[in-house]
Amino acid sequence: MHKQIYLDYAATTYVREEVIDAMVPYMKEIYGNPSSIHSFGQKAKQAMADAREQIADVLRAKPKEIYFTSGGTESDNWAIRGLASANAKKGKHIITSSIEHPAIMNACKQLAKQGYSVTYLDVDEFGTVDLKQLEGALTDETILVSIMYANNEIGTIEPIKEIGRIVKENSPAVFHVDAVQAVAAVNIDLSELSDVDAMSFSAHKFYGPKGVGGLFVRMGTRIDPLLFGGSQERKKRATTENVTGIVGAAKALTLAAAEREQEQKRVIELRDHLIKRVLGEFDNVRLNGHPTQRLPNNANFSFDFIEGEGLLLRMDQKGVAASTGSACSTASLEPSHVLLAIGLPHETAHGSYRITIGADTTKEDIDYTVDSLQAVVTTLRNLSPLYNPNKKG
Amino acid sequence: MYNEKVMDYFYNPRNAGELEDANAVGEVGNAQCGDIMQVFLKIEDDIIEDVSFRTFGCGAAIATSSIATEMIKGKTVDEALELSNKDVIEELGGLPPAKIHCSVLAEEAIKAAIENYKEDEGKAH
Repeated sequence: MHKQIYLDYAATTYVREEVIDAMVPYMKEIYGNPSSIHSFGQKAKQAMADAREQIADVLRAKPKEIYFTSGGTESDNWAIRGLASANAKKGKHIITSSIEHPAIMNACKQLAKQGYSVTYLDVDEFGTVDLKQLEGALTDETILVSIMYANNEIGTIEPIKEIGRIVKENSPAVFHVDAVQAVAAVNIDLSELSDVDAMSFSAHKFYGPKGVGGLFVRMGTRIDPLLFGGSQERKKRATTENVTGIVGAAKALTLAAAEREQEQKRVIELRDHLIKRVLGEFDNVRLNGHPTQRLPNNANFSFDFIEGEGLLLRMDQKGVAASTGSACSTASLEPSHVLLAIGLPHETAHGSYRITIGADTTKEDIDYTVDSLQAVVTTLRNLSPLYNPNKKG
Repeated sequence: MYNEKVMDYFYNPRNAGELEDANAVGEVGNAQCGDIMQVFLKIEDDIIEDVSFRTFGCGAAIATSSIATEMIKGKTVDEALELSNKDVIEELGGLPPAKIHCSVLAEEAIKAAIENYKEDEGKAH
């Protein structure tokens, strides 16, 4: 069997060696509870303060604006619920997009059951949020707008600065950004994005550990806690802090920021090579997402006539691990809401294959992947009643 | 996620492709649900002499199609009509709960092919 090739970096990454090394002391020697006033605790507290400062530095925020959480889902849930309830006296209207991560979608659906009204903005064929519709939907009652920085499935980067300007000019709403896929991958400067009031991130997307992330909450923005208990995180998030994870997250983000320019260039070259080969060598294939405004490491294709789970499993057999928006691994029978939102017919949405490139990916890996796709797509098409080799669509 | 037998039938599907001299074809499912199954039968003297399938669908859909065609080959038409999705699941050694509907599709495709055959036979007589 060929070597294993991991091309699912948007799902999660491995933890970098330097990050592991930075974390180990906080499990073995500096294991104190940061709330303890003895030296064991104070050392841990100092490590956490340093980590907060490092992360704030990369994001161009103030350390006080960074709150640590258990990861992307908690940050998103907290932002939606905490910002909505802190502003509920002003109104009960929330706006989000139709391609958000389930951590946003399902939190909004929950609030809809509790008396809030939620507008889900359409996106165009590339996955870009409809700005006209946003402007029209904003009212004096709108208290929260939440739009993702970049989509996890199709990689489309949203015009966050423009969205923020529209939100602030037309409503009193606070603006939250789910940047779980974007932080580290692209340069985010929160001093420049002054209309962004809150932003989620997660360490396991940038070679940090799982189970740790954060929520940026701009000074002056009111947010209610999600967790109640002790007075950790300036009384906004009770529970003994995951010091080890927090140290790892800061180390990972600092490294990513230092290497970003160079790594971004390398990854974009690989991604563009992949896209060029796939679009050039296959019939009945399309690239999902925006042609230029997309994450450096994301390529999402739909292969007509075949179903994504079969594609994923046969590629896995050849050693290539990637992802699909097909419904078949879920019980719902519905393909990805993102692919449907960009207007794909169901059968095309079922045949999607997402490749996300990372630090260990080489040009040889990409070429092997495309060669393997040739064989697998041909096999599955020959098995498919939708496919007629003499008729090209 | 799938057991070894399911994976084997998915990776190495038996009886795949279109049957040139089929005298009965059945198709069930739709692309919207992500599953379409076609069954081709060659029936002689009430015996299923040959059988093949084509499937648009997930790994379980392909595996159940394939093993179901094996299970009815050489059987009489009436015996083939008795094949249930439970038999197919049992023969495969089990399927994840979310995939049970795939085995229903295999049963239905075979029944559809036989019904079409019987209708054509009825017309011929």
